[in-house]
Amino acid sequence: MTRLARLRTTLAEQPWELWTRQIAAILRMDLRKNFLSRRGIWIYLLAFAPVVIITLHAIIDRRSGSMREDTEVLAGIFQFFYLRLGIFFGCLGIFTWLFRGEIIEKSLHYYFLAPVKREVLLMGKFVGGLLTSVTLFGLGVFASFAMMYLRFGDAAQYYVFNGPGMGQLLAYLGITVLACIGFGSVFLALSLLFKNPIIPAILVLGWETFTPVLPSIVQHFSITYYLKQLCPVSIPGEGFLALFTVVSQPVGTVAAVLGPIVLAALVLLLACKLVRKLEISYVAE
Amino acid sequence: MSITTGYRVQGTGNKNVVSASVATDSKLRHSGGAVAEDRIVLENVSKFYGEVLGVNRVNLSIPPGVTGLVGPNGSGKTTLMNLMTGLIHPTEGRVTVLGISPTRPEELFRRVGYCTQFDSFPKGVTGFSFVYNTLRLHGLDDRESVRLAHEALERVGMTEPALRRVAGYSKGMRQRIRLAQAICHHPTVLILDEPLNGLDPMARAESLELFQALGREGLHVIISSHILHELDKMSDQVVLMSSGYVVAEGQIHAVRTEVKEHPMQILIRCSDPNLLASRVFAQDHVVEAKLNEDGKGVLVRTRDADAFYLLLNQLVVKEKLSLETVAPADDDVNSVYQYLIGSENKTI
Repeated sequence: MTRLARLRTTLAEQPWELWTRQIAAILRMDLRKNFLSRRGIWIYLLAFAPVVIITLHAIIDRRSGSMREDTEVLAGIFQFFYLRLGIFFGCLGIFTWLFRGEIIEKSLHYYFLAPVKREVLLMGKFVGGLLTSVTLFGLGVFASFAMMYLRFGDAAQYYVFNGPGMGQLLAYLGITVLACIGFGSVFLALSLLFKNPIIPAILVLGWETFTPVLPSIVQHFSITYYLKQLCPVSIPGEGFLALFTVVSQPVGTVAAVLGPIVLAALVLLLACKLVRKLEISYVAE
Repeated sequence: MSITTGYRVQGTGNKNVVSASVATDSKLRHSGGAVAEDRIVLENVSKFYGEVLGVNRVNLSIPPGVTGLVGPNGSGKTTLMNLMTGLIHPTEGRVTVLGISPTRPEELFRRVGYCTQFDSFPKGVTGFSFVYNTLRLHGLDDRESVRLAHEALERVGMTEPALRRVAGYSKGMRQRIRLAQAICHHPTVLILDEPLNGLDPMARAESLELFQALGREGLHVIISSHILHELDKMSDQVVLMSSGYVVAEGQIHAVRTEVKEHPMQILIRCSDPNLLASRVFAQDHVVEAKLNEDGKGVLVRTRDADAFYLLLNQLVVKEKLSLETVAPADDDVNSVYQYLIGSENKTI
């Protein structure tokens, strides 16, 4: 039997149906916590603050400005705010809390006392975090886009449905999903490695910011390196801002989409190893 | 259930402690063997939290029935239970529960229920949803989960308040809801860490009855408690712990017999206590024969209980003594605890 055939047999023998039911049970418990916890208010603020600002801009500047200008402003908001701050810190809040929050609230053992493979538990929690972050930031990006173009009436409608608008919106949403997958996996793993993942998260932020000045091979280990290339509207960056916009060694679109997914998969593999070794020791927290 | 008893001297760092072992038969120690499939086996298990000792060099092979885990605070009882359930991993040694490693929770918790001491719950849950969610995590469908949740809640007497939030429960109610969660999937091993804490006398009596019933059904019930006389009533065997070491283990009578430095106390009520006292006092193994204040009984302290019972039989025949009661006075968990641990730890 070839290695591929053996792998296929092994995969077919796994209890996928049971795992799906268990992940659904984890989601049922976690989604409510993720969306409705009081400590998550600041994540809503991160996701929807630009919507408020753009709405105010649309009301105050309703008679001035052009669609082209606003398209660039929206691209700036997406690249500088959503990608660098909003989604980054939002994922930090959501994904580090998936396990660390349960440890702080002394409720993780209830998951550990169920007949759930630790890896399945990790994936269940990751999917829960992903659904939360994608919903919040996807809605935020969508609402920002809608509020930006709404005031232009028929011209906006034409731009969206007959011009490049729809493609840009889908690209923004796609990048949002990829960013949540990438950052989410990193923060989930960090929360299993460190009791206080804030400092490592700041290091990750530094890494994501300054990798453009590092050798190109190193840049492949940055999530924003791939995401920047997928942004539909390029922003002219000068000086320090070029760090956020310029891609020195671009890769193809497929590679840019697969890059964060592969990185996330590798990080999740590491997280699976960590969660298998995780012990319940609330006293030490 | 067969239990072999043997001696062993364990070094505890600052002194040696005599231990009566449940299983000295090396066959029992092989988790792959047929016997281990039916037992909870700890082989040379140690757990250190950094430099702090949790448990050290623990060897146990626990058969089905009710096993009491006894020891003062910090003696390692909870650590031992957490090791059995994989909530923590041993620094050294190996643990198997019915032949399953605790590193495989997906198999282990189909057969094991653990009622921990952690008095915390996920935010906002009701008693029912707490048990129901556990069953959904088992992969059961909605209908089966509802049925089993109701069954477990009924068994612990929590049907009525089940739809209220756990945050509003009393300590005893929270204890019972955790118990419901531990038994809801019909485990064959039930591990209970201080399950009687916070329960009122009525609930305590009901819980004890439930544990005994589960033990009679052939389950492993491992139970730690500070309430020794209640533990004594229901335990088929005990494990005594002190400072991270297993001090003694086995059926309480067997353990008591091994504690040679404290002669056995036997209370005899008979027709002529004076005669009995004078006859038994002549024996080498009898160290004390004390007449009761009411003059109707004798408290005998002997180093060899078997020899004493033989002598008593002879006296009954020869002196025509009429016996009312013959009862060991210190053949219980409390006495054994006092003899083996009590001198070090006055409170538990």
